[in-house]
Amino acid sequence: MNVVVLNEVRKGFYLDSVALMRLSREVAGSPGVIEAALMMGTPSNAAIMRNAGLLEEGTAVKGNDLVIAVKAESEPAAREALDNAIKSLDKPKTQGETQAAWRPHSIAAAVKVRPEINLALISVPGEFAAAEARKALNRGLHVLMFSDNVSLEDELSLKQQARAAGLLMMGPDCGTAVIGGAPLAFANKIRRGRIGIIGASGTGTQEVSCLISEAGAGISHAIGVGGRDLKKDIGGITTLMAIDAFESDPETDHVVLISKPPHPDVAKSVLERIGRSRKSYTVCFIGASEIELPPNARFSPTLKGAAELALGDKKIGTGFDANAVASRLPRIGRGGIEGLFAGGTLCAEAQVILAAAGRKVASNAAIPGVVKLGVEPNSGRDRLIDLGDDEYTRGRPHPMIDPSVRDDALRAALKNRDLSVILLDLVLGYGAHADPAEHLTNIVADREQDAPALIASVVGTEQDPQGRSAQVRKLEQAGILVAPSNAQACELAVAIVQNAGR
Amino acid sequence: MKLIEDANQQALARILEGEPRLIDIVPARELIPGLRERMILHAGPPISWDRMCGPMRGAVAGAIVFEGWARDLPTATKLAASGEIEFHPNHHFGAVGPMTGMTTMSMPLFVVENARFSNRAYCAINEGLGKVMRFGGNDASVLKRLAWLRDVFGPTLGKAIRAAGGIDLKSIVARGLSMGDELHQRNLACSSVFLREIAPWMARTSTDNAVLAECLAFIGQNDQFFLNIAMAMGKAITDPANGIRGSTIVTTMCRNGTDFGIRVSGLGEQWFTAPVEMPEGLYFAGYSEKDANPDMGDSAIVETIGLGGFAMAAAPAVAGFVGAGAPSEAGNFTRSMGEITVAQNPEWTIAAMDFAGVPTGIDIRLVVDSGVVPVINTGIAHREPGIGQVGAGVVKAPLACFQQAIVAIAKDLSVS
Repeated sequence: MNVVVLNEVRKGFYLDSVALMRLSREVAGSPGVIEAALMMGTPSNAAIMRNAGLLEEGTAVKGNDLVIAVKAESEPAAREALDNAIKSLDKPKTQGETQAAWRPHSIAAAVKVRPEINLALISVPGEFAAAEARKALNRGLHVLMFSDNVSLEDELSLKQQARAAGLLMMGPDCGTAVIGGAPLAFANKIRRGRIGIIGASGTGTQEVSCLISEAGAGISHAIGVGGRDLKKDIGGITTLMAIDAFESDPETDHVVLISKPPHPDVAKSVLERIGRSRKSYTVCFIGASEIELPPNARFSPTLKGAAELALGDKKIGTGFDANAVASRLPRIGRGGIEGLFAGGTLCAEAQVILAAAGRKVASNAAIPGVVKLGVEPNSGRDRLIDLGDDEYTRGRPHPMIDPSVRDDALRAALKNRDLSVILLDLVLGYGAHADPAEHLTNIVADREQDAPALIASVVGTEQDPQGRSAQVRKLEQAGILVAPSNAQACELAVAIVQNAGR
Repeated sequence: MKLIEDANQQALARILEGEPRLIDIVPARELIPGLRERMILHAGPPISWDRMCGPMRGAVAGAIVFEGWARDLPTATKLAASGEIEFHPNHHFGAVGPMTGMTTMSMPLFVVENARFSNRAYCAINEGLGKVMRFGGNDASVLKRLAWLRDVFGPTLGKAIRAAGGIDLKSIVARGLSMGDELHQRNLACSSVFLREIAPWMARTSTDNAVLAECLAFIGQNDQFFLNIAMAMGKAITDPANGIRGSTIVTTMCRNGTDFGIRVSGLGEQWFTAPVEMPEGLYFAGYSEKDANPDMGDSAIVETIGLGGFAMAAAPAVAGFVGAGAPSEAGNFTRSMGEITVAQNPEWTIAAMDFAGVPTGIDIRLVVDSGVVPVINTGIAHREPGIGQVGAGVVKAPLACFQQAIVAIAKDLSVS
């Protein structure tokens, strides 16, 4: 190989050695360059360069001379590298625009830097979550714990500690909250308004808050409590604290409480507390039968119904006529409905609506009165699947983040001729996938002519990063029927199979 | 744990109250009573010959020839392997040494006294750059320089230091920090300020102008001259903070090229070790990662007192050593180290950080809790013995050392 060495010496041109080493590395990376060095010509540096075969023996250099030395495979390559090195020496430097901002690695450090911080969002693997939450509570921070796989004992002791300190312990397994307009975890860009939400169900809270916001009203705060807060072991500690918080909040007139059916004892104490409140309440225990409520509260079995009550009996999605849409559709399949849900509460709401319409339903996340999938043969039953359930998300992100969790089940359903309808949901907002509609339409693009009808609802607002109407348009262009709410998507599904006279 | 908090406050107070002064240069044998023939002190936690890395072995062979225990390097290597030579960490004898950290009987050592607690710490004289024993160099030129340090330079400088009545070190560090030094990779400012203070005393006490000129030039040509003084200062400052029951403050960090070792105040002399990591850095012409030896030296004692990687914000030029970072991000290193330390040193401030003090007092609890480990600025030695320095960069302390120490302190306090 032909090796060319070029030297250039700049007399009395001092530069810092670290800056020169960085430059050396840059020049050494140029095409055809074997080795390069930019160094001040001190005796020890000159020795290093001579040892590396970069400096001619005869070249005399002094400590304050800058030596530029290039070894390359050809004369042109060496010349070009040398010229570029000289150019970058003479080029005015600009400070990096993209300075990496420093971010604290611990709650302690964050609080030290910003003493005004009053809430910690914890999203670490479950085994570490309780310890982090304790650190936050010890420092007087409210906690939103997104992490799940936290033991009931830890949850109880954290909530007791929080209660003693007057702090809200939202979670574990709290998927969403909007505090003072700030969306936390999975949450949507919601209008501010005078309706408060207490939610033990993440996607339920999102659906109700989005329906309210899209209807023109707004949310003061949405406080998440975690899926187990209303279980007997926990006793609704955070729910009761949230009721107290709304009681003293002048910005809130009406509160919506959303949860899976609570333990009767817990329900009793929560409703008793609501009964003492000066504010009006909507209670939505999804899958519970109508219960006796205090006079300042009304019950809704569905999320859509809860939003309508909160809006003062204003109807949502009135322009949508399920029967009319169903009557225009061709007859396909043998009358089965399959629901593939990213949102667990949306799956529960679907079970409520289908069961109320007299359908036989099975689900992996069954509400009271619905058959658990796999427990008994479920032929002839509609299957409603919560894809956010552990069996689907073990070692994978939640389907709201990674919509491909649904792909295999969806492909199988599209080929299933027993089905007339596939029910789907799209959840938008912060934390969710950037373009779930794009992903979904790609999966269903090559479906057969006689594939089951696809019905979707989109949980989100126009102000969400993904933009609700753009997502809806994408789905409709792909031949997917989009309902204004999850409840109406379910009604349409029922209308299609009934209308088909099957 | 009030016991821990109180113990840490005490350890921190002892670190911050230190009054380190350079008072003398004396041959090692006169300072360290236990230092005998055929005994070599090395950097880092304890290590036997068979586990030593290349540069450490190279330096050991050189030191044996230097002390006259063998006539040449091959014989010296055989002697070292035969078990005839006793090896101990510098830290067990009140000393520290950079990189390989060789300390033997006849080597002249800086003496730094902590006037507040009347304890002393020692460190050999920095040899300069190029092929040197601290990087495993051991040829005739290396031994010749060591002999000159022993016979000419040490006595000359020692006389000047004694005549000056000692040199206060804290103020030199404070000035150096405001002049772009962080005291580990960059000591240009402190070395210059030191020379400015000592030169008149050298002139007053020297009887031979040629020797004086030679000695002044030796200091003036070595940008890292002050490092060894800063290291002895670090040990003199941290030693009084050791042995406070319950304290989780780190009092020693050091590496022998094979293991990284830490000691923690509440656990006294106990070592917690883990394999050293590879520095990430920049290399001199002709060398690359493949030539590099893993992390080495007692010099991380300066990080233990908030300098080096902890004071990176004072020396943006040095931050450029880190593979990905820009010099303008130097402050992020110092901020990160603020997460694992209990205080700032009000006397050593960084102008670019609005005069925040350097983060001081590494708390093993904060390290393990945050997963943020101490960042150390370091030189990089060639992995083969006898070659020397090939680059410089940044290295992380292994988390495992801190995890072991946490468990040990929990056991000691019976909280586990």
